This record gives sequence, C-alpha cells and structure tokens, in this order.
Amino acid sequence: MSKQLYKNTRILSGLIIRRDRVRIPVWLISLSALTIIVAAAFTDLYKNEGERQALADTMKNPAMTAMVGQGYGLENYTNGAMMAHQMLLFTLMAVAIMSILLVVRHTRADEEDGRIEMIRALPAGRLANLTSTILVLVGTNVLLALIVGFGLTALGIESMDLEGSLLYGAALGATGIVFTAITALFAQLSESSRGTIGFSITILLIAYLIRAIGDVSNEALSWLSPLGWVLGSEVFVNNYWSPILLTVSVAFILVVLSLYLNATRDLEAGFLPAKPGKKKASSFLLSPLGLAFRLQRTGLVAWAVGMLILGASYGSVLGDLESFFAGNDIMQNLVTPSEGFTLTEQFLTMLMSVISMICTIPPLMAMLKLKGEERKNRTDHLLSRSVSRIRLMGSYLLISIVCGFVMLSLAAIGLGAVGNSVMEEGIAFGRLYSAAMVYLPAIWIMIGLAVLLIGIAPKLSGLVWVYLAYSFFVVYLGGLLQLPEWMSRLSPYDHIPNLPVEELDYMKVVILTIIAIVTIAVGFIGYKKRDV
Amino acid sequence: MSVLKTTNLIKRFGEFTALDGVNIEVNEGEVYGFIGPNGAGKSTTIRILLGILKATDGEAKIFGLDAWEDAVDIHKRIAYVPGDVNLWPNLTGGEVIDLFVKLRGSNNKSSRREELIGKFDLDPSKKCRTYSKGNRQKVALISAFSSDADLYILDEPTSGLDPLMERVFQECVLEAKSAGKSIILSSHILSEVERLCDKVGIIRHGKIIETGTLNELRHLTRTSLVVETKQPLTGLNEISGVHGIEKKNHAFVFQVDAEELDNVIKHVSNFGILSLESAPPTLEDLFMRHYEGTGKTLKTGVGGAK
Ligand SMILES: Nc1ncnc2c1ncn2[C@@H]1O[C@H](COP(=O)(O)OP(=O)(O)OP(=O)(O)O)[C@@H](O)[C@H]1O
Ligand SMILES: [Mg+2]
Repeated sequence: MSKQLYKNTRILSGLIIRRDRVRIPVWLISLSALTIIVAAAFTDLYKNEGERQALADTMKNPAMTAMVGQGYGLENYTNGAMMAHQMLLFTLMAVAIMSILLVVRHTRADEEDGRIEMIRALPAGRLANLTSTILVLVGTNVLLALIVGFGLTALGIESMDLEGSLLYGAALGATGIVFTAITALFAQLSESSRGTIGFSITILLIAYLIRAIGDVSNEALSWLSPLGWVLGSEVFVNNYWSPILLTVSVAFILVVLSLYLNATRDLEAGFLPAKPGKKKASSFLLSPLGLAFRLQRTGLVAWAVGMLILGASYGSVLGDLESFFAGNDIMQNLVTPSEGFTLTEQFLTMLMSVISMICTIPPLMAMLKLKGEERKNRTDHLLSRSVSRIRLMGSYLLISIVCGFVMLSLAAIGLGAVGNSVMEEGIAFGRLYSAAMVYLPAIWIMIGLAVLLIGIAPKLSGLVWVYLAYSFFVVYLGGLLQLPEWMSRLSPYDHIPNLPVEELDYMKVVILTIIAIVTIAVGFIGYKKRDV
Repeated sequence: MSVLKTTNLIKRFGEFTALDGVNIEVNEGEVYGFIGPNGAGKSTTIRILLGILKATDGEAKIFGLDAWEDAVDIHKRIAYVPGDVNLWPNLTGGEVIDLFVKLRGSNNKSSRREELIGKFDLDPSKKCRTYSKGNRQKVALISAFSSDADLYILDEPTSGLDPLMERVFQECVLEAKSAGKSIILSSHILSEVERLCDKVGIIRHGKIIETGTLNELRHLTRTSLVVETKQPLTGLNEISGVHGIEKKNHAFVFQVDAEELDNVIKHVSNFGILSLESAPPTLEDLFMRHYEGTGKTLKTGVGGAK
C-alpha cells in the first residue's frame, strides 16, 4: 500500500527537472549571484569599521527595523553582520516566492489543467506527483544553500567564515523549504492555482508583517513568523543553527499533513469550499469590463485588504519612530533635517516609495491577466463576438489603473489613520495622501510597460516584473551600494518628487505621465495588429 | 470472466448526487459502449474506475482489485484516453509518449509506437503547445494502443478526430478486441458505438437505465416499416404495437414494436403487398427514446392517421 502511493516518484521528478531545466537554474543563478555580488560590493564600499559603524547608526531606528529586521551585531557592524542585516530578509522573501511559484506550477496548476489526470491513470502512485515536486524543490533549495554558502566563503571576507556563510545559505534554503511545504498544503486545500498562489503569498506577507510589528514592539511576536525564526539565527553574529532546524521541522510536519490530505482527496477537488455561482449573469458581468473585473474580483479584494494592513503596519511604527528621534541626538545630527520637516516626515518619503512599489503589484497582475486569458484561448470567445480588441484591452487597462489608485489610497489611509493615532505630533492627512498619490505616474509607467509588452511582445510580458524588481533593487540598495546615479534614474520611481520634503515638480510629473500615455498607446496599436 | 464490475456505485459531490447506484459489468474480450446524455455521469464513473475519484459508496473492481486501493497495480494493465487531453506545453508529443511508456513500465512495443505514429499521422517532434486538439488526442491514443494493456478505458476518445482518423481509431479498437482485450468506450458518436460495441449501457441521471447487447436492446425498440399495398391499407391503428402512422404518397410509414412485428406483417399481407421496406432501429432511435422526456416510450406522434 505505502509503496504504491509513491510509485514512479523518481520518473516524475525527472519530468519536473526536464520541464524546469531553464527555470530552476535561472532562479538559482539570479539569487546566488545577487547575494554574492552584493556581499562583495559591501566589502568594497565599506572598508573600515568607522564607515560601517556610521551606517549602522543610521539603521538603528524603528522604521528600518520594521523594514529589514532587528539587525544583530549593530554594535560591531562587521561586513557579515551588515550583509545579514541588509540583505537576508529580502532574499528570504525572494526565495519564498520562487518556491511558491514552482510548487504551484507542478501541483495545482497541472492538476487544474488536467495533466495530472493523465499521470494518475498510469501506474503512478497517488502521492507520486506531490512527493516528486517536494523533492525537486527541496533539492533546489539545498543547492541554493550550498551555492550561496560556499560562494560567500569563497569571497574570503574576514567576517564571513565558512560556518556563517553556510548558515546564511541554510537560512535561504530553510525558508524555501518551509514555503514549499506551505504551498504544498494550500495546493491541497484550494481548488485553483490562483487560490493556492494567493493563500501562500498571503502567508508570506503576514509572516513579514508579524515579524515587522514584533521586531519593533514585542520580540515574542516575531517568533510566530517563519521569517522571524530564520532571522533569529543571527547569521555572521552568533550563528545559531537551531532556528534552521525548527524551520525545517515545521516544514516536515506540513509536508506530512499535505501528503495525508492528498492521499484522501479526489483529484481536482479541494477542501476549502467553492461556493456555487449565480445562475444568471448580472447585467454588470455582461460587458468585457464587467467580465474582466469579475474574473479577478476575489484577488483584488484580498490585495485591497492587504494594502490597508500594510499601510497600517507601517503606520504603527511611526509612533515609535517619533519618540525614538526625540530622544536621540546622534540621529538628529546624522540625518540633516530639512527646514520645517520632522525627521518622521523624511522617513515617510522612503516608506512611500516602497509602498508604491508594492502597490504596483496588483495593477500589474490585473493587466497581465489579459495575457493569461489569451494564453488559455479564452479571449477568443470575446473577440469573436462584437468586442473589439481596443475595448477588450481598454477594459483591463481601466481596471488596472483604478486598481493602482485604490491600492495606493488604501495603503495611505491605513498609514495615516494608524500613524496619526500613535504619533503625538501627527502629519496632516492631506500631506500624507498627496505624498502617496504623487507616485501614480510611476505606477502608470509600469502599467504602460505591461500594455506595451502585451501588445508587442506578449511572450516577454514577464519582463515587467523584472523591471519592478530592478526598481526595488535600486531604490533599496542604490544608496547602500553607492550605485552610479544613472542606474537609479532608470527606474520611474526615482523621478517622483519626494513629497512632502521636496517641492512638487509638476514638470516631472507631467513628463512621466506623457511617457506612460505613449507606451500605452503603442501597446494598443501593437495589440490591434498582432495575432491573438 | 468479468474484467470490470461496479456494484451500486454512488458518488456525491457535496449535496449533488452524480452517480446513484451504477452497475456495470464488462467481461473479458468484450467491448462495452457507455452512452448517455451530457452530465449523466459517464466521466464520473470512469474516473472512479481509474481511482482518481473515491466512490462515496458501492464497489468498483477491475481485475478483481479495488479501483481506489489498488490503483497502481490495476493501472499496469490498463490504458486510458480522455476526451480532453491536456499535455505539457513545452514537451514534444514524442517525449510525452515516451514518458507515458516509461511510467507504465516495460510492456510496450516500440515498433508498435512507430507504426501508430505513422497510422495516426502525428508529427512527434512538435511541442505540445502547438498541437491542435485532434493532435493532442492522437498522442493519448498512440500511447494507449501501443501499450499492451488488458483493458482500455476510453472516454470520448475520438472527440476532435477527423473521419479518417476516426477510422484508424476503430481499426485499433477492433484489433485490440480480436486480441482478446476488453474495452469500455464512452462516446456520443452512436454509429461508432454501434459498429464497435458488443454490449451497451445507457446511463441517465447517474443511473444505468438500460443495458444489454445491441440485439437485446433492439428488441426493446421498434422497427420502421414503409409499406405499399394493392388495396387501401386499413385497420392499422387497431393493432397494438403500431406507432407513428403517416401516409406518404401511396405508402404508409410507421413503427412497430419488436414483439408485434409478426402480427403486423400478417395483417398487412392481407392487402396485397406491393413493396415493403424495413429498417432496423438504429442506436440513435433507441437512444432518443431514452434521452427524451423521462425515458418513457417514444412520443407516439399523431398515431392512427390514415
Ligand atoms: N467535481 C465535481 N463537483 C460537482 N459536480 C460534479 C463534479 N464533477 C462532475 N460533476 C457533476 O456530475 C455530473 C456527471 O458529470 P460527468 O462528467 O460524469 O458527465 P458525463 O456523462 O461525462 O457528461 P458528458 O457527456 O458531457 O461528458 C454532472 O452533472 C456534473 O456537473
Ligand atoms: Mg464526460
């Protein structure tokens, strides 16, 4: 019986590797190259202790803690400590996303598309597909851990010894493995691949936020988050291995649970109930716009709630930040205060650029949905009726643009409401809201790029994510790595005036908007002309 | 000897009862046609037989083994073709066929694979992404028929095939049959079922409402007759078992229940037969009779017209 359940796992693992022979190496190479290059660059840039310590001092504030984690070894800020502090958390998030996407691709997505049915009708065990997916993902993550571990050691940086480097790698690998397990579980619970991705990413964001709030206010809370565990290994500072063990053990339990659920359920069924739909289409649904919205309603609502929470979480830090600045003279000197603005407001500008980038994700998903529908040949149903391509794409564009506005507004509202309730000297809501809204043209440019790619090179439309990741990279690390200015100028977010500290430069905003309009227009023309 | 047997199979999806006591039996060397309207429960039954859905109640046995518990052992000896074949977009058709062979184990004949690829006219070097529906269907058919299975489970296997390929498919089925293999074939193409199947089961609302050999089933239905007589034909509507009488030029067209055929011919011959054409009931007639309404007898039309 038990042998039967896993029959042919080996062959199916081979199939997964065969299918992902490009995808997995690309992930592995990008993640390890990013880590190793940044480590080398940090060491190059911050050569002596004084420079590093000065940087550490600017990091010692609740806003940074919320963003990148508590930071261990801030008193003796070695290159290793700096690497673990600045880079580990975001790399963990990227590894988690890699694991989520790969697991869904080989479990629920394959099942939803009816491919697992073909496999299951052959002498392959009931659990063979899930098991082989998990095995391949564990292998990928272990490989990542080893490449990063030995790669960092090979740099020969004094504070990054073999043990610390391996632990750094292991932290990445363990996170990947635990999110493999979480996704495997949701692949059993949810009936769709979108649902599985949605739930797993939600868990990732919750893990991030819990850790953020915990790190700032109550350390015990951080231990509820897998990201908190992994950061608690204090890589390059104290090198604790037990959190890694804990993470992997939890992953193991989740894997057992998901295998159990998989063995008992029907193919293509889930455990979370999908409620019966309506018998008739509401009149709203009967337009391309209504349909496009209906298809992604649940996801968009979830993102909206998420953005509100995101804003609120960052808002909750503002109070701590304010009292922190009040009692800290060094800080007062370090960040040269601009005339008439509080330090909190200055931090707000950085917060806004990060928030606006996160708020770009749902509108991009909304726009790219058009391509997803096309790939499944579902746009044919509309285009073969009296719906023009312009109208079809226009519907998705409209949703995407409204979505960007709504997401940004909600994040700003969450930030303002919670922030002002915890600060003594609040920030006028109008000021805060316009500091958020000024980022809309950057979001439009990102949407415009998505439209352009869908219209001209639909196969490459994933590049818009790469561009967003790049923007995040240069804004987040540009200063630290002292990257040349042109590199950050390539990101639209960099050109947005930092309200309220900077003046609102209308010229810039108008130019950005015009660029967005032009890319959108070219995308529309391309879409009208190309094969669908 | 029975190869496949279900006893009182019940399947509920939440509140909805998709199968409500399905009994099927397929014997060795038999081709079993499984027909019924959309949503009747054919695919559900087949998926329970494949062990990918778990029956709520009842028993499904193949080769005497339990369809859910012993799925892997059963699958070594069966081949399955669904009506909607979904494949991995970035693998080629040839790779997929080889994958299926590998998963199955060793009982495949590679000469057979080449032969079938030729017969079905498939280009195995193309990526599955670029295949048309019919071509994807061919990939599944080739891997099924190139395997040395004892039971073939085919769920609308020819949907999307052109008539030429449909014929190749029928040859494959007949070949398998003559090699003593068993086949369960669900299909909406009744002429195909009629040509290939020894036994037919009709399912409706999750229940088997009729089952038997085609001959047996024919007896349950009516033969149509076209008769021309010297003297005007009268009294037809007084004979029991005569339905749907219509007059066309000089001839009468009507249907007769199988058991009354003898009486009717006797009656008609009294009027001096000029010509008599009889058509056996097609499966379609039979099918319509069960599909329409609640499965009662065929609408009798405006019976008794002269
Ligand atoms: N996972 C499911 N959840 C709920 N209902 C289902 C599920 N799968 C099938 N059904 C229902 O069970 C019934 C039988 O479906 P099935 O697919 O077996 O029909 P079928 O006879 O194969 O029809 P067709 O000729 O259209 O292929 C249908 O009413 C269908 O809606
Ligand atoms: Mg069906």
